[in-house]
Amino acid sequence: MSGMTDAAAGIEPAIGLVPTEAKIARREMLGQLVRSKTFIAGAVLVGWWVFWAIVGARLTPDDPLEITDAILIGPGAGHWFGTDSLGRDVLSRVLAGASDTMKVAPLATLLGIVGGTTLGLITGYFKGWVDEAISRVIDAVLALPLIVIAVTALVALGSSNVTLIIVIGAVFTPIVARTVRAAVLGERELDYVSAAKLRGERAPYIMFAEILPNIIGPIVVEATVRLGYAIFAVAGLTFLGFGVQPPAPDWSLQIADNYTLLNAGTYEWTVLFPAIAIATLIVGVNLIADGLQQVLDR
Amino acid sequence: MSEATAPVVTAQHALELDELDVVYRVRGRDRQVLRGVTLNVGRGEAYGLVGESGCGKSTAALAIVQYLPRNGFVRSGAIRIDGRDVLALSGAKLRRLRSESVSMVYQNPGAALNPSIRVGKQVAEVFSLRGVGRDEALGHAREALTTVQIADPGSVMERYPHQLSGGMQQRVIIAMALATDPALLILDEPTTGLDATVEAEVLDLVAGLQAELHTSVLFISHNLGVIAKMCDRVGILYAGRLVEEGATETVLNDPRHPYTVGLLRCVPRGGVRKDHGRLDTIPGFLPNLGEELPGCVFTARCPLVEQVCRAVEPPLIDLGSGHASRCHFHERAQSLPRVTAADLVLPAVDRSADPLLRFDDLGKVFKQQGHDVHALVGVSAAIWPGETLGLVGESGSGKTTLARALLGIVQPTSGAVTLDGRDLSGTLGGRSADEMRALQIVFQNPDSALNRRHQVRRILRRSLKKLAGTTGAAAEQRMLELMSSVRLAERYVSARPGQLSGGLKQRLAIARAFAGDPKLVVCDEPTSALDVSVQAAILNLLVELQAQQRVSYLFISHDLGVVRYMSDRIAVLYLGRLMELGPSEVIYSGPHHPYTEALLSAVPTIDGAERERIRLEGDIPSAANPPSGCVFHTRCPRFLGPICVEQEPPLVEVEQDHLMRCHIPLEELRELQAAGSPPARETVAP
Repeated sequence: MSGMTDAAAGIEPAIGLVPTEAKIARREMLGQLVRSKTFIAGAVLVGWWVFWAIVGARLTPDDPLEITDAILIGPGAGHWFGTDSLGRDVLSRVLAGASDTMKVAPLATLLGIVGGTTLGLITGYFKGWVDEAISRVIDAVLALPLIVIAVTALVALGSSNVTLIIVIGAVFTPIVARTVRAAVLGERELDYVSAAKLRGERAPYIMFAEILPNIIGPIVVEATVRLGYAIFAVAGLTFLGFGVQPPAPDWSLQIADNYTLLNAGTYEWTVLFPAIAIATLIVGVNLIADGLQQVLDR
Repeated sequence: MSEATAPVVTAQHALELDELDVVYRVRGRDRQVLRGVTLNVGRGEAYGLVGESGCGKSTAALAIVQYLPRNGFVRSGAIRIDGRDVLALSGAKLRRLRSESVSMVYQNPGAALNPSIRVGKQVAEVFSLRGVGRDEALGHAREALTTVQIADPGSVMERYPHQLSGGMQQRVIIAMALATDPALLILDEPTTGLDATVEAEVLDLVAGLQAELHTSVLFISHNLGVIAKMCDRVGILYAGRLVEEGATETVLNDPRHPYTVGLLRCVPRGGVRKDHGRLDTIPGFLPNLGEELPGCVFTARCPLVEQVCRAVEPPLIDLGSGHASRCHFHERAQSLPRVTAADLVLPAVDRSADPLLRFDDLGKVFKQQGHDVHALVGVSAAIWPGETLGLVGESGSGKTTLARALLGIVQPTSGAVTLDGRDLSGTLGGRSADEMRALQIVFQNPDSALNRRHQVRRILRRSLKKLAGTTGAAAEQRMLELMSSVRLAERYVSARPGQLSGGLKQRLAIARAFAGDPKLVVCDEPTSALDVSVQAAILNLLVELQAQQRVSYLFISHDLGVVRYMSDRIAVLYLGRLMELGPSEVIYSGPHHPYTEALLSAVPTIDGAERERIRLEGDIPSAANPPSGCVFHTRCPRFLGPICVEQEPPLVEVEQDHLMRCHIPLEELRELQAAGSPPARETVAP
């Protein structure tokens, strides 16, 4: 009845049921995503790297691991991106270099999202001392620099893709928990939660079956944002030597192996192309996050 | 008004809408929202625009100030404010028109004020905009606040909007709106969110100022009572079409369009009660936005419809003295057949038997920033099987806390609740499944009460499983029965709440509450979010379910007409205390508690017959710091003297079944209230 209600009625018919309205809404959301240049650009970039992560070395021009005598050849007809100090084809290594990151980063994100969502639901739903206790721990963890925790943990546990996933996932958990908690605090005051209590539902059912479906939007957005950071974290830790281990053709490993050459002369292609690859993937993921956020926040 | 913008020739009307078509572009299609609306608001006139939500009232208001949402356009027609063509203006000229010639007051005063700027500065801004210096602007702001009868403008100016009550906020907004002496004041549901007592104050204020300043007013409301009180002329809007127009008294007493007749019949008024029969309703739904309507816009819902109605759109037929109706059969409109049969047999409540639910000396103290807030103080009452106990009082009087304490959502601090003679635990965890299923609730806002991600089937099946222990095929069968008992068509089983209209959502919420065959259902303002035609259907449904299942209701509403229709007995709460309790006819006919008297007199009635008006001064006091003695003494229109300040009157049975908490003896109250409204008294400092 206010101006806004009527304006909103201009978008959704206020009275009467339109049987296909939900389908239309879903299709509308997809339509908005497809029309969003941001989202499409991100999807193309990420799609490209997903493709290469799947096909890996099978479609690369050369074997990314094959060591040859043709060392440090500049970009040209034979080797479009040149070769590195062991004579390996940089183009092939860049294309094949996506595979480890594309396994570790999404799984770490998934772990962080699952852990963070659970923790966020618990703290947001129960409030009181449970919330106080967990939230203080979360604050303490967040006060430490991410890279310090991760490096310490990786040194203690030993480097492997599995530990990398666990460590990054664990570091993300409190961050995700905070976002989820904020969303839960808004939902738990709604009457459908009281209605559930009034029919004798237990807390886990209310949290996961009643509240969770209503906060999927912010969780999806958080997941894409986290994925960007996860790729970033994998790249950073690998560069420092705690992440993906040689001889994998990982981008960060390539940079770590070759950056000293930048002092010796003009061998910048050995570092430049893997760096561009990392940048395109992270930018792509962030573009998807932006696109999703624009559509879901509406 | 500055010289530069003064119209050369003073226009005859403050506002003219001429064949106004407004469309919203949705999914690439233009959907018509206003269909050739033509109306004029004369100088100094108050014009009421009435209709249900979605009929285009607010769109009209937004179009007038060129404030439509981005997908809204004026397709054709003209809008003239003070003789100037609004559609031809843009940029600075449009802004100047908005700042000087037209003001708008919205429904939610809290959202219309900037929360981070002090009230004084916000009001002064209106004057600063016109080039007045800072100190002078503040001086004007003080005057403006005095005009809207704010007793202490100095202290109000120093405060932030959230530190003011809703009524006070709306006064500030009205002060800002009138500051520029606009040619046209648009009020869009200005009192819808306010309590009846505050609403009455604000309406009195607007009416007084309008008479004094000769402001032209466009008053938008769904409440016919408010329109009857405020407006000289009224226009009835349906599906973006003006279907009837005329002097307010004529239209409301001699309606000539079936829609107007239907609207008037939906509202429970004139003392109608559930045992008089069902309310009449308007069948069907508003046409979808932008639907092609070649004939009369009301055909789909009109019981008088004939072939010609579908084919030919009736013109606005002049009925003399400015009354016009857009109906081929306007002379038959009042003989509109009833859509809903009135017959309904309600079993009588047997109050000699044991009550179903009894609560004794119920108290609830909330801790708020170290302070004790007494939300409920020693409230006792009982509800018998098949009975409806109405619960009334202003917001903050403890109605919802009482309901939630009975349900076990809020744990009472003291007192006892018994169900069928057995003690009930104060928390849900301590209640058995049977006790839980016995007490259910229908919430005010179905959007909040229903999980928007769950389908109808899941919502109902889950309640059947948890409350009735029914699963599998039996539950599916029972679910369909439930749906048919609340008249929710079977095809909605896979729908989510967002796909249902407000009325259907509330039916679903009622079905859920009835899943476990409850003994008592708390209805917490179940129709306040609904349009009157939908409200009538929901009230009918609740009464039918009561007739069939002998369920009891605790019925909370701020709409006293609705409470009167539904209730067998009524309890009046003020600051968490029970002030009066008795059979609903006694409560309404009096003699009643002075607070009840004030509540009743605050309600604007459609019938035009003005009650003796009794105004409550100021706002409800804080429950953290209640007044001494009788908690109502600070606002009481029948204030006796020191005894009221010093001693809290006990709740006594003044006549059979009628309990009251007042120092004035019943007979004296009877005489006083028969004599009419009391003289205004000096406000007693709290």
